[in-house]
Amino acid sequence: MAKRIVATDVSAYYGSLKAIEGVSLSIEPKSVTALIGPSGCGKSTFLRTLNRMHEVIPGARVEGKVLLDDEDLYGEGVDAVAVRRTIGMVFQRPNPFPTMSIYDNVAAGLRLNGIKGRQRLDEAVERSLRGANLWTEVKDRLGKPGAGLSGGQQQRLCIARAIAVEPQVLLMDEPCSALDPISTLAIEDLMTDLKDRYTIVIVTHNMQQAARVSDSTGFFTIDGPGQPGRLVEIDTTEKIFSNPSEKRTEDYITGRFG
Amino acid sequence: MTAPAAGPAAPTVPEPSHIGGESRRGDRVFFAMTGASGVLLVLTIIGIGIFLVVQAVPALRADTTNFLTTKEFLPEADKPTFGIAVLAFGTILTSLVAMVLAVPVALGVAIFVTQYAPRRLAGLLGGLVDLLAAVPSVVYGLWGIAFLNTHLQAVNKTLNATLGWFPLFGDTGGRYSRSILLASVVLAIMVLPIIAALTREVLLQVPSALSEAALALGATRWEAIRTAVLPPSRPGIVSAVMLGLGRALGETIAVALVLGTTPAITARILGPGGNTIAANIAAKFSEYAQAGRGALIATGLVLFVITFAVNALARVIVIRSARKRLG
Repeated sequence: MAKRIVATDVSAYYGSLKAIEGVSLSIEPKSVTALIGPSGCGKSTFLRTLNRMHEVIPGARVEGKVLLDDEDLYGEGVDAVAVRRTIGMVFQRPNPFPTMSIYDNVAAGLRLNGIKGRQRLDEAVERSLRGANLWTEVKDRLGKPGAGLSGGQQQRLCIARAIAVEPQVLLMDEPCSALDPISTLAIEDLMTDLKDRYTIVIVTHNMQQAARVSDSTGFFTIDGPGQPGRLVEIDTTEKIFSNPSEKRTEDYITGRFG
Repeated sequence: MTAPAAGPAAPTVPEPSHIGGESRRGDRVFFAMTGASGVLLVLTIIGIGIFLVVQAVPALRADTTNFLTTKEFLPEADKPTFGIAVLAFGTILTSLVAMVLAVPVALGVAIFVTQYAPRRLAGLLGGLVDLLAAVPSVVYGLWGIAFLNTHLQAVNKTLNATLGWFPLFGDTGGRYSRSILLASVVLAIMVLPIIAALTREVLLQVPSALSEAALALGATRWEAIRTAVLPPSRPGIVSAVMLGLGRALGETIAVALVLGTTPAITARILGPGGNTIAANIAAKFSEYAQAGRGALIATGLVLFVITFAVNALARVIVIRSARKRLG
């Protein structure tokens, strides 16, 4: 179920602006990989190249190769819609569909995939909500609007929505930055559970979070304003936080820069 | 930062308190102004209502027939006989047909402009829509009667020949000029830019995070629009359609110019027939004396009520559907 991602020489553009340049890295299946770096360094942009969400912005394009196991996501004849069904995404701000109930939010992706049977949906909704550690809190009010939940619950609802379609990879773009510490802890615990089944890539501003949840950490930075973001290094989280190979990484994680 | 005690300027004389009774004059003035605007609006509506009722009642008293069911409109006869039946029916029919024509196109334009069109084209189309909304209705009316009427006759004829079994397209005795459909088409063209422009604004309000959420689940563009963009826009779209419908119901001069009137209730839209409240008022107000004008004002009161009822109905629909959706 979980798959390996290998990115080779990935560059991404917004119109004529080059946002990231020459990013190559490998992400192991069933692990959590954290991408850290200062604001504007392109880590979120890179994350969005992994499920072809970058290109939904008008004028945005990607160069390079992203392999999911053996398949190039940017290969000819590859359907971006199909890619996104395989690689789920959780965003910075919780974004449940405001007019839908909790149940319908979780079922949304399944319905898009043409799954209609009530029983199958019921099972998938329960499984996904349990997977997102939200089931016990919402099981008595599945018909209530998803927007009525707290911020942390909404984010877990979004995670449930993302895992309901059983993706092979789960991308998380600063999933805790709009949440309080207790909700953050709940999501971090959840990531640890989820990595048994999914390949997880998380972008975070919070270095403690990267240190707590991830197995590998990649450090991105930019040389200056207007310059594209680059991957400085990627290694095991332990190595990055104790003995990084690059001086710039060390400066960043020790707070001397960024 | 040094400790305040170190400075010789430590206040010895108590300064005037800043948390006590200072009046916020600007705030009060602003409150009064905005409040007055609200009150003024309500008073205006009540005032119009009272005016209509006061002017209409004497004429209605003089009416020798049932106002609601009578088809003729002869308020200045020796025995005034006039009713709203033909006018109300014609008003609603022309407007409904216009909405059937205009709403799908208007929604299409709004969705295309906000969701699909490249930015430059979107700006161009948006400007064009706003421009169309600003064209005075008399221009549409003139265009309708001088140009469209000639060309629509052939369409009417063909529709009757091929789809004549459909009640709305029934036989009109060979008369296809100045048809109800012509009035509806002109109305549709008039309300289309209004609905499109308002719907565009509503769709732009939907956070892009929602369509991104749908896209990230593997939705196609259209699926993302359907699941993430349209549902939260629904109340706004209904409002836009209602504003368009209000305009169509009340449109005067364009209908007066294009519609061939008869004192009959007919739903055969390919030929002339019936009349609308607003067009009837425009056509007759200047030639009527006191009694006739009272009768026209009575019909205006009916138009007022119809518009109110339509809006109320729309609100009920929006609220009901929201409740149903959210249990």
